[in-house]
Amino acid sequence: MKAPHRTLLVAVALLLAGTSPGHGQAMDEYDAPTTVTIDSLSELYEPVIFSHVRHTKLARCKDCHHHTTGHQDMNPNCVRCHLHSPESQTVSCKDCHTRQQFYPEQVSELGNPNIYHIDKPGLKGAYHLNCIPCHVEKNAPSHCEGCHAMTDAGREFFRLTDKTPGTAKDKDSRVR
Amino acid sequence: MKKLINRRRFLQGSLVASAAAAFPLAKNTAAANFEGYPDSMGVLVDLSRCVGCRSCEAACNKEQNLPAPEKPFNDFSVFDELSHGQKRRTDETRYTVVNRHDIPGLKHPLFRKIQCNHCLEPACLTSCFVNAYTKTPEGAVIYDASVCVGCRTCMIACPFNIPAFRYSSAFDPKIMKCIFCYDTRLVKGLPPACVEACPQEVMTFGRRTDLLEMGRQRIRENPDAYVDHIYGENEAGGTAWMYLSPVPFEQVEFNTAVPKEPILNYVKDFLSIVPMVLTIWPALFTGIHLLATKKEKMEQQKKSEGSES
Repeated sequence: MKAPHRTLLVAVALLLAGTSPGHGQAMDEYDAPTTVTIDSLSELYEPVIFSHVRHTKLARCKDCHHHTTGHQDMNPNCVRCHLHSPESQTVSCKDCHTRQQFYPEQVSELGNPNIYHIDKPGLKGAYHLNCIPCHVEKNAPSHCEGCHAMTDAGREFFRLTDKTPGTAKDKDSRVR
Repeated sequence: MKKLINRRRFLQGSLVASAAAAFPLAKNTAAANFEGYPDSMGVLVDLSRCVGCRSCEAACNKEQNLPAPEKPFNDFSVFDELSHGQKRRTDETRYTVVNRHDIPGLKHPLFRKIQCNHCLEPACLTSCFVNAYTKTPEGAVIYDASVCVGCRTCMIACPFNIPAFRYSSAFDPKIMKCIFCYDTRLVKGLPPACVEACPQEVMTFGRRTDLLEMGRQRIRENPDAYVDHIYGENEAGGTAWMYLSPVPFEQVEFNTAVPKEPILNYVKDFLSIVPMVLTIWPALFTGIHLLATKKEKMEQQKKSEGSES
């Protein structure tokens, strides 16, 4: 009579553990999607089809996702609060880094003395600030159109449509 | 006897006038403590983030309806352009430019964006005798081109060489410069076009007081990545646009000789006595002259009267 009860309890405990991982449990690459289409910002450039699976071979989760995947970030500034942070409810970039940046609501929110992250980049800033240094270091494409092709709106914006394009010699060849 | 009373009255009157003139003078000195409008906006530019993509230049061109550039905005040969030995500067067709600076000992070049720094106490505003310039409570330094007479004094007054003159138009000469996207964006609380266009978030838009805090936090948390100075916190009495740099500012061709107090302070003492000199001195000295020569005149008159009789 007591035995089935115990197995039920164990099963329930396992179920609970599965849905809400506690301390020490972290996501790994198999929990991630194969590709992510980054299109929420595409206007001057085409969307980016981001091969997540390829990037998991080249970088650690925390290199992009900070503490949110449950891997503790060893940056001493972050460790002050996130030493034991578990996996977050969301790991998607756009859920923390906003598409619109420096809009009146965000500017006035900075008056709140309880906010620590007063200097969090917007979505566009977060992508470029995180991707480019690594691309430069690993000799991956680091010029604009190496990751996203320019749209017609982009060509108009950069005034490529006015007349014959300028000397293409030095175009997009800078190194950082 | 009557004459003496007149002179005394006259001197008393001039004393009262001098005191009246001295009163606004005292008021002007109090303005030396002006630290900018509270909650005025600014931009913090982080030179360590800029990759020289020139998106800000393109965004400015579009937002301000400026003429088409000679080369498109993704042509990076412009970084090699020199005019009279100087790197590119702002002019009537571009309110902002990005220049490349090769730093010895650094693996990659640094890029520096130039535009109006929107001083808290602008020298251009002070120098303008038709009052074309206004410092708005939001933080922008704007100007009214319709009253500009094209004297170009502001171009000399600006410690950052920003105001540009429209030399191309002989009949409608006017000063042109960055206005912080005042009318189209800043009044609505929106960031300027260049800030929004930047992929690297080189520029952070916010209240100037918040930006100073952010700047100090970046320096504190990454002491090796920045020099411990926010350019524009005190330069020229403080500017709305401020800079962080990974190398000493003079290496990126910032003018580090700009004084820490407003340019205005250097000329204020002189300027404040100009109205007094112009209004009171002529009256005072004419009066003294008339009084001093009255006796002679009367004597002359007496003489001529005597000779007649």
